[in-house]
Amino acid sequence: MTQTTIKFLMNNELHSVEHVDPNTTVLHYLRNDLNRCGTKEGCASGDCGACTVVVGELEKGSVKYKSINACITFLPSLHGKQLITVEDLKQDDQLHPAQQTMVDCHGSQCGFCTPGFVMSLYALNKNHPSPTKDTAMEALSGNLCRCTGYRPIVDAALNMGNYPCDQNTDTIATELLQTINRQDSTFLSNQSSQYFAPTSADELAQLLIDYPDARLLAGGTDLALEVTQFHRDLSTIIYVGNVSELKTIRETDSSLIIGSAVTYNECVHRLEKEYPELGEMIERLGSLQIRNQGTIGGNIGNASPIGDMPPVLIALDATMTLRRGHNTRTIKVADYFHDYKVTDLKANEFIQSIEIPKAKPGYQLKIYKISKRIDDDISAVLAAFYLHVEGPQVKSFTAAFGGMAAIPKRARHCEAALMGHPWTESSIESAMQALMLDFKPLSDVRASAEYRMDVAKNLLMKSFLEINQSKEQENTATRVTGYA
Amino acid sequence: MRNLTDLNRITTNPANRHQGGVGAPSKHESAIKHVTGEAIYVDDRTNHVNQLYAAIGKSQIAHGRIKSLDLTDVQAAPGVVKVITADDVPGHLDIGPVFPGDPVLVKELVEFYGQPLFAVAAKTHEQAWRAAQLAKVEFEELPPVLDIDTALAQQNFVRPLHSMQRGDAAQAIEDAPHNLESRLSVGGQEHFYLEGQVSSAIPTEDGGMTIYTSSQHPSEVQKLVAEVLGLPFNLVTVDMRRMGGGFGGKETQAAPWACIAALLANATRQPVKLRLNRGDDMVMTGKRHPFENHYKIGFDEQGRILGADITVNGFCGYSPDLSDAIVDRAMFHSDNAYYLDQVKIVGNRCKTNTVSHTAFRGFGGPQGMMTIEYAMDDIARHLGKDPLEIRKLNLYGQDSRNITPYHQEVEHNNLPEIIERLEASSNYQQRRQEIRQFNQSNRILKRGLALTPVKFGISFTVQHLNQAGALIHIYTDGSIHLNHGGTEMGQGLFTKVAQVVAEEFQVDLNTINVSATRTDKVPNTSPTAASSGTDLNGKAAQNAARTIKQRLIDFIVQHHGVEASEVIFADNRVHFGDQSISFAELAQLAYVNRISLSSTGYYRTPKIHYDRSKASGRPFFYFANGAAVSEVIVDTFTGEYKLLRTDILHDVGHSLNPAIDIGQIEGGFIQGMGWLTSEELVWGDNGRLLTTGPATYKIPAVSDMPADFRVQLFDQRNREATIYNSKAVGEPPFMLAMSVWSALRDAVSSLADYRFSPPMDTPATPERVLAAVKATKTFLEQKTAKVRTQEEVTA
Repeated sequence: MTQTTIKFLMNNELHSVEHVDPNTTVLHYLRNDLNRCGTKEGCASGDCGACTVVVGELEKGSVKYKSINACITFLPSLHGKQLITVEDLKQDDQLHPAQQTMVDCHGSQCGFCTPGFVMSLYALNKNHPSPTKDTAMEALSGNLCRCTGYRPIVDAALNMGNYPCDQNTDTIATELLQTINRQDSTFLSNQSSQYFAPTSADELAQLLIDYPDARLLAGGTDLALEVTQFHRDLSTIIYVGNVSELKTIRETDSSLIIGSAVTYNECVHRLEKEYPELGEMIERLGSLQIRNQGTIGGNIGNASPIGDMPPVLIALDATMTLRRGHNTRTIKVADYFHDYKVTDLKANEFIQSIEIPKAKPGYQLKIYKISKRIDDDISAVLAAFYLHVEGPQVKSFTAAFGGMAAIPKRARHCEAALMGHPWTESSIESAMQALMLDFKPLSDVRASAEYRMDVAKNLLMKSFLEINQSKEQENTATRVTGYA
Repeated sequence: MRNLTDLNRITTNPANRHQGGVGAPSKHESAIKHVTGEAIYVDDRTNHVNQLYAAIGKSQIAHGRIKSLDLTDVQAAPGVVKVITADDVPGHLDIGPVFPGDPVLVKELVEFYGQPLFAVAAKTHEQAWRAAQLAKVEFEELPPVLDIDTALAQQNFVRPLHSMQRGDAAQAIEDAPHNLESRLSVGGQEHFYLEGQVSSAIPTEDGGMTIYTSSQHPSEVQKLVAEVLGLPFNLVTVDMRRMGGGFGGKETQAAPWACIAALLANATRQPVKLRLNRGDDMVMTGKRHPFENHYKIGFDEQGRILGADITVNGFCGYSPDLSDAIVDRAMFHSDNAYYLDQVKIVGNRCKTNTVSHTAFRGFGGPQGMMTIEYAMDDIARHLGKDPLEIRKLNLYGQDSRNITPYHQEVEHNNLPEIIERLEASSNYQQRRQEIRQFNQSNRILKRGLALTPVKFGISFTVQHLNQAGALIHIYTDGSIHLNHGGTEMGQGLFTKVAQVVAEEFQVDLNTINVSATRTDKVPNTSPTAASSGTDLNGKAAQNAARTIKQRLIDFIVQHHGVEASEVIFADNRVHFGDQSISFAELAQLAYVNRISLSSTGYYRTPKIHYDRSKASGRPFFYFANGAAVSEVIVDTFTGEYKLLRTDILHDVGHSLNPAIDIGQIEGGFIQGMGWLTSEELVWGDNGRLLTTGPATYKIPAVSDMPADFRVQLFDQRNREATIYNSKAVGEPPFMLAMSVWSALRDAVSSLADYRFSPPMDTPATPERVLAAVKATKTFLEQKTAKVRTQEEVTA
């Protein structure tokens, strides 16, 4: 059965949409169709958080809340979910704690970013009633404020737990969400565009054969920019977020298999356990709103030379399973990228899962994300080193970089300069020189070619110092990002 | 009215003591509306049934002439109702705010990449935007000027140079025991107000126009809309309730969009809204001026400056806009807080084929101060002293060494006291020692520390702008309506001015309602800029309140036969003789006795004068001061850094609202830090701006806030007679962020044991910090090589 009506909860009321243009963003719908103008447009690119809304999703019988950017979320993807906007928080003239604490801490000046902050605080309140400073900062990392300098807003977040809060509306939402059919796929169309949301991998595979030019929508954090920034309509959209096989995380003795539509936040805790450095990196990838939507499959699939996950996956020798019709094949993530935006993906094919080997004993993973700003910034350079040093010798060394070439790529010459060589500063210096054979980076708005090369080299030396230091003086800080 | 309202229905404050007067940390008047999403910005206003939406067609070259402009496809695009070009402007084409040079739409000559060529009105925002991309334009390209050196070489200026001098700087430098010279490139800054530019124009029955806009200068929008339409000013009304941030970016830059919306509304007789998408906003509106500055200084063994020759070159863009006053302000602040004995300051206004740079918090002052702060660090490294020692030594004196390069006496100078207190409270000296130790033991990370002062001149340097008007009505339920010429952009102006009125009448703040700034309520207003909003409008509102209050006192004296001195307003009441009535009862009594309960108020700043031909006078009513100590940690392998702690002591005079003032200080500081660190504007070789959104242009985010942030008010009354002896606070704290940049240089300098002053242009991105590290290492290598050579020679 295919449904042609999108149903979601507008706060605690069932809301149905038919015949809507699938390219409609949640922000556009709120402001233009519903005249709910509390949610603001600051950038229409998911970078400022002024449009932050909260989405509730049924998970194991209760509603799980997360903040997202309404400006880059397509309306049909709300099917089966609950949408909460700033207008919904005040009840019987009583401000919600997320609102009252902002008022009491002088957290607004011009007020334009404020509804977005309030909604980030609301999601924080739902998930962490008494947040630590780290949790609060994470919750606010995707909201820009140009007036306050953030101090009163952080205070507001930390004080929010002191206000009494009525949580019993959650049960209403749970019951109502259970009335929406989420088993069957959905289909929407208007004159120019159509939207499919299959619920199984078989359906998805068939849709891609029927519509080879369809655009796959996962988190949409990149795809939606074509609509909101470049003002193009996507004529056929296939949303993969309801495909159950693509939403699973499986574990074998030797690996983790992550479905391609699993969001960062759904897998970060599992990945962090295996690779703490990867957890730290993911916490700086995008913002909380982006990590609530963005997927690892999308980060690979869009073939950006500056995605943060691919270099790490390449360094770890991860593989990926691609499916076309009933056929699947498995390739190394490293082999997926051919050239700038050119990949190994065939027509009708999609990324099903990514298999990440578990940490090997004696190996170390070092990841460095270099950007102008610590929060929510695209990397100028991302370096991932996976190495095994035994006694005085380098037994294994894999280095992959993002931002250094048209694709995320291994540094083969650099690796060769270290493999089997003594683990010394002079070997590292040779490896630094070898990097110049591996890469001819470009200059762009994020960094010059010279800086990229200098940093890439220095990161090799830094990893050497960090690894050696960890034996002697573990507490000496080596990264500024460690200072909260 | 025939009968009066029953005052029993009005709930009064049981405490009686009036709440929210001057000095109270009252909430922002819109705080609750902000957090509920109920505050209405221009784009949130309900659309009319025949609403149209506009978009702009932009040039795709930086310099050249339009050979042909084919708009056939634009006109034929879905939803398009009207397309206009320069030829369709009935009145003035030029909307330059001070000097001509800004055509509302290009007639022939294109002067920057992204300049508006035509405008489209369509049935949706999306349709208008898409249609605007469909023009076929042929250009005859001319070589663009995109850098300062070319502009200087060609003497390509938007306005003539200006200079100020005292004595013979060149001779003093030559005679000094030490001299140094250097250049510094100071980056520009995108305002990144969260609410982009937006205006809505609605035709009126008189053939005029009502404009809703997000502007710091409604009176100028009124004037320019009237001029482009060829209307008398009284047919154009501008309404401005609030901006979602301004920062100077909506002082002149809001007007073009209001004018274009009005032109389209006039042509269609339908309401037209023009909202710029973020990318268009960043491409089409002016920014903080980048500057290329140069200094040459002579100083003695202690580091005391004997002579200074400073040149500031403002990167003005294609038109004068406000650049004359901005470069002047850079010159006025080239001394920052320091006495420059023999001095020459020259300011060039370079014309470049980029968007016309404009006002931004500090208005050139920050770019001017940077040079002398750069020099302070350089002197310290040269002499092997702590930069704080050099800064203190050069501060303006109390009774001597207290005349600025423009011959204004620095009075009531509290900076020595501010610095002394801050040095102690921040534990500067002890931390200096700890940092030296840390730096010796850590190969990768280095810490840096710096204390920098700010002295910022308060007043518009264009004298006639230093005036303001207000309007107060008291209604017969005792509620007060307040209106003034200032605009609310988040800075809390409406709150502070209402606090002033509450104080005058000794009534609760919540009995006062401030309404949208409107040109038909208070006319001929100045922009809300130059930090002057509260100083000017607070005084004007006080004047209006006092006019009404005097009438009420006179009435009570006459009506009740008491002495004027016996009439006391207090606790939401008025007391006279042995009687006391509520403020509302007084309003009713006055009304039935036919006493006017409405008044305008007016204010002009006293004492100021300036003779620009002699570069001499008193352009500033007073100076606002402050100082900051910042500590950073720098990764010398990557150039990444983090601000660890900042201590600020800032002088706001007698604070009208400490919560709002601290908000301005913290917010200004972080915005300044963004300007000097992560906010980098990048233009391509063809003059196209490449950083057109928050994905590439990085303003500070929450983690950039210092983990330890200690802000205190230096709470001493302003000795000039300002509104309740407060001081302006909008811009001055912005420049406290120089401490972060100086601390970054300090951290890098530690690599050379503080004997090398690394060059560090701004913004000091990780890339520039790493470049400074490389320069420092090169210095060390050369020094080692030199020592070796000398040893060889000796041997």
